[in-house]
Amino acid sequence: MKSRREFLKEAAAGAMLLGSPGAREKLAFAGGPEQHTPAKSKVVIARDASLHGAGTQPDEQRVLNLLDKAMTAYTGREKQVEAWKSVIPASVLAGKTIGLKINGLGGRGISTHTALTLAVAERLQQAGMRAANIVVWERDARSLNACGMAANAGSNGPRCYGNDVSGYEDEQVQCGATRIRLAKILTRECAMVINLPVLKDHSLSGITFSMKNMYGAVDRAYLLHENNCNPGIADLNAIPAVRDKVRFTIGDAISSLYEGGPDFRPERLWYPNALVIGEDCVAVDYTAWQMIERKRAEAGVPSLEAAGRRPDYIATAADAAHRLGTCDPARIRLVEV
Amino acid sequence: MIAVLAASPGCKKKAVEPLPPSGAVAGWEKSSDTRVYAAKDLWQYIDGDAEQYLAAGVVSTSTSDYKYRNQLEAVVDVYTMGDSAGARKILESGASNGAKKVQIGDAGVAYEQSVTFRKGPYLVRIVAYEATPGTQQALLNLAQCVEARL
Repeated sequence: MKSRREFLKEAAAGAMLLGSPGAREKLAFAGGPEQHTPAKSKVVIARDASLHGAGTQPDEQRVLNLLDKAMTAYTGREKQVEAWKSVIPASVLAGKTIGLKINGLGGRGISTHTALTLAVAERLQQAGMRAANIVVWERDARSLNACGMAANAGSNGPRCYGNDVSGYEDEQVQCGATRIRLAKILTRECAMVINLPVLKDHSLSGITFSMKNMYGAVDRAYLLHENNCNPGIADLNAIPAVRDKVRFTIGDAISSLYEGGPDFRPERLWYPNALVIGEDCVAVDYTAWQMIERKRAEAGVPSLEAAGRRPDYIATAADAAHRLGTCDPARIRLVEV
Repeated sequence: MIAVLAASPGCKKKAVEPLPPSGAVAGWEKSSDTRVYAAKDLWQYIDGDAEQYLAAGVVSTSTSDYKYRNQLEAVVDVYTMGDSAGARKILESGASNGAKKVQIGDAGVAYEQSVTFRKGPYLVRIVAYEATPGTQQALLNLAQCVEARL
């Protein structure tokens, strides 16, 4: 496995070559405890109120356009090939594998939208990725199907399969106070993972979005549910294989649950018609939390704190023991387009 | 209060399998095999939601997908709890504004796209993925058939 130093060197090379504002900010943050004045973490919320048109599924072309809008706002690059090259290290584009970690656990009604997954895969290929070097990935076939993705373990087009096919490592790794096995797709196949979670209320952790989506990379996720998933979520994301590889979130807030999650509750479904993207998973989750809270207030539902499930895992992920990012709004540069 | 029609023809009482086969309710087709989760494995199906069912004493869960006249897709979950108090606890914790009470089993609620009811130790949840003018009544018909089989 690549060391953190090697990863930072590689990421730094990519950022210097291509100069993405988002990448620069992330690298400044990644400087660690010796960084006295860390730069802000950039998070972009891109919206399209007409994303759904008259149907229940979003318009595919509009989703692609929304992704482009988000990437341009994040990177400052109008040309999509350049935008993507500025967030994906050149060495990865050149021949390594990228995993797209989607989320279908809530069933067909509240899963990562097919149109978004396909749009990301399309832009990656235009940026130079071979289709066969893209792996769309979830826990199992059922979850993939819920996201509208059919299994494809062949060499034609992006591959698509779950942990139920490729399995978990035999060796357990320490995750906070417990021990877990990580999915081989993460540990062995992917040089980098782009996280494509879906925004939901969560009955334990308060919300589920970027960091919680990595529960799909673990053999027995229930071991990390204790105490409202805190510090379970932060501990998991701090494991080197996760921290070093899961480097970009393109969060699906096209439709969302503001209450009653994580399972599908159509009576609590809401359409933010948005994507939330960023490299700092903590800042992304903090931003997503605020979106959920605003909707809950608007709907007359008690705040997550009043409901006894404030997502404290976000602050834990930012603490000195984890250092996964920032949840300080003064250190988050939120751009809404 | 929503009036619920009498049980659909073909719906037999006290069957062992709570999930109706295709044709048991007019227009409804069972579109997947029944999946059964023991309590310890429920997290694989509903992630963190499993915790509240475990706390209420869930024993096992059966689930299957359904289609209605090729217009509507839905999923039916039957949670077998240790006792009726467990089923009551889950039903009451899930109630929210906009729910309509329905006369199915011991108690039930319906929304435009979902029906939830309890009967003895069973908690049944039926959720549709689409909202059409006939969705709620179609779900109620299916719910009543499930209820008759418990």
